[in-house]
Amino acid sequence: MKNENTHQLNVERRTVMGAAAAGATALAFPAILKAQSNTYKIGHLTPRTGFLGPMGEYAVMGVQLGVDEINAAGGVAGRKLELLMEDSVNPQTASSKAQRMVERDRVDILIGEISSASGLAISQVATRAQKIFMQTGCNSDDLRGKSCSRYMFHLEANNSMYVRTVGRALLRDNMVKGKRWMAFTADYAFGHDLFEKTKRFMDENGAIFVSNDMIPTDATEFSPMILKIRQQKPDLVMSNLAGNQTTNFMKQYREFNLPVPLAGADLNGASIWGAGEGSFSGLWPMIWTHQLQAPSAKAFTSAFTKRWGRPPDNQAIADYLAVKILARAINETKSTDTQTLIKFLESGVRFDVLRGREGYFRPWDHQLLFEMYTVTPVAGKPANKWDLFTTSAPVPGPNESLEVLAPSQKENACTFA
Amino acid sequence: MPFIFLAEQVLNGLLLGVYYLLIALGLSIIFSLGGIVNLAHGALFAVGAYLMVQIAPIVGYLPAFAISPIVVAILGMVLERLFFRRFYKADPVLSLLFTFGLAMILEQALRMAFGASPLQFNIPQFLRGQASLGDFMYPYYRIGMLAVALSVLLGLWALLHKTAFGKVVRAGIHDAEMVRALGISLSPVLTAVCGIGIGMAGLAGVLLAPITGVHPAMGHEIMTAAFVVVVIGGLGSFWGVVIAALLVGVIRGLTSFFVPPASEASLYLLMLIVLLLRPRGLMGERMERLE
Repeated sequence: MKNENTHQLNVERRTVMGAAAAGATALAFPAILKAQSNTYKIGHLTPRTGFLGPMGEYAVMGVQLGVDEINAAGGVAGRKLELLMEDSVNPQTASSKAQRMVERDRVDILIGEISSASGLAISQVATRAQKIFMQTGCNSDDLRGKSCSRYMFHLEANNSMYVRTVGRALLRDNMVKGKRWMAFTADYAFGHDLFEKTKRFMDENGAIFVSNDMIPTDATEFSPMILKIRQQKPDLVMSNLAGNQTTNFMKQYREFNLPVPLAGADLNGASIWGAGEGSFSGLWPMIWTHQLQAPSAKAFTSAFTKRWGRPPDNQAIADYLAVKILARAINETKSTDTQTLIKFLESGVRFDVLRGREGYFRPWDHQLLFEMYTVTPVAGKPANKWDLFTTSAPVPGPNESLEVLAPSQKENACTFA
Repeated sequence: MPFIFLAEQVLNGLLLGVYYLLIALGLSIIFSLGGIVNLAHGALFAVGAYLMVQIAPIVGYLPAFAISPIVVAILGMVLERLFFRRFYKADPVLSLLFTFGLAMILEQALRMAFGASPLQFNIPQFLRGQASLGDFMYPYYRIGMLAVALSVLLGLWALLHKTAFGKVVRAGIHDAEMVRALGISLSPVLTAVCGIGIGMAGLAGVLLAPITGVHPAMGHEIMTAAFVVVVIGGLGSFWGVVIAALLVGVIRGLTSFFVPPASEASLYLLMLIVLLLRPRGLMGERMERLE
């Protein structure tokens, strides 16, 4: 009891002293106080361990490169960027770390994440604190639909965009109509959502559904599923797997050497490189690859490769772009005020998104629209261990609107109430 | 469903069981003799896979295949000499904490040295392809894995049951005090047992490197399964662990086929049932130290 009292007294005394000191400092040294808050703080959260860890590693490399480049060029509106980075682990941890970043570290903006479940948790913190959250890796359509937020901006494509990108290529190759297809799906929010979008697309286009298996995210052995594919003899296998699952699945799929074509609506460069030459197969959508020839894309690939000793993947670009877009927003509005920045981002202003065409945020759901691509294994011997795939021409084509891939307002309604 | 499909899944499940066995037997003998639950076993499995990926491009696949598990075994003996032996007489919680910490250090060291992304490694050219027998087809690589794993297991069985060394190990598992009272030092035996057990985990990593992603956390999944195998099989029993591993492999294979979302949960359900019926595991022996 006595201890408790003493403790309370101490806290009170400390608080009072602290407040007094702060007051005195503010009066006596206003310049110093200003200098202390003279950085613009970015809180970066992304999974760095677990089955999404390999992608998180690229996210971290991307955001660091972005911050270093902006700081080397003088920062934002005269202030340097300061980067705080943490492993988001899972939705609970992501939420509490986001809370701590906002309250204790006083970050000005949150960037990152890959898991849609963690992304939702961070978005809730950001919305309460009225801070912008630029999410760079969450695919779930729900985040742009019924769980959308005025404070959340999406630099990652949503599942519908991925499905339609790969779907167009499958339609072109006559792989859909009248074809029997099997699916394997990562058993969590992202996978379920992706499967639903894939199934809708395949149903609409006359494919014959055989089966879908939900696979636990920590599964590493796919031989029972591969034997099942051999037994069912479908015309197409669609993967809705995630992270390390995809690497393992591809390796084992090639090991069993099934004649059934493989495709999927989500794949990361890290998964292709992890599968390696001779194991990567199938047809997959990607938001970006290091093979793009746009001048800004080549400059980024070369800066990234110089800094980190390997080319960037599709995750690195999103975190890098988030910093670049943020910097441009602050420099052009000459403001760090959240509401001003949101207005700027919503204004339809065009950004260099390191592709052939510029991109922009849709004002009603904050989805960044950009060209996408499909990748397939390179024919013949790869030139090096990174160029295991070839990148298609941009989707949509040059004469189409960027809107054609993303769901319409009717399909995925979002209200920023 | 034709019988051949089911037979294929059962056989494939038996092979899965053999991977678990390589890990679980090592865990089981180290625990049975030294009382150490080696939580770093999965990380050492990953070390085996990383060694393979690093050494194979330099010395070729087959030499790397021979060298990597031996290096992991030597690492195991060094760990035993430097650390594990301090915990034989201590509260088991201390060794749990120590090996848990060691697992994290090893995993983070791999992450710092090689990154979190999976490393490229594939089946060597001469082992690619499939063997077929009527409707039944199976990759050569997996048949090769099975052959290697079975030879190692037979070798271990012979070592434990047909040699003087094995007699000491088995006696030590049963009653270490009595062995010491008879004037036999268990200290070098424990070092050798850790080398063998951890070397087998390294071998499992080497075998799995071409068919799963080689990344720092690759030991997690297999570790949990291996623990379940040890618990189901019963401590101190070679055959108990063998039967449990094959059982777990087959059950996991079959649930992956029939009810995929339950494939992970099936292990724990099996463990629950076995423990309810036989608290010491299928063939667990009465061990003085644990009673």
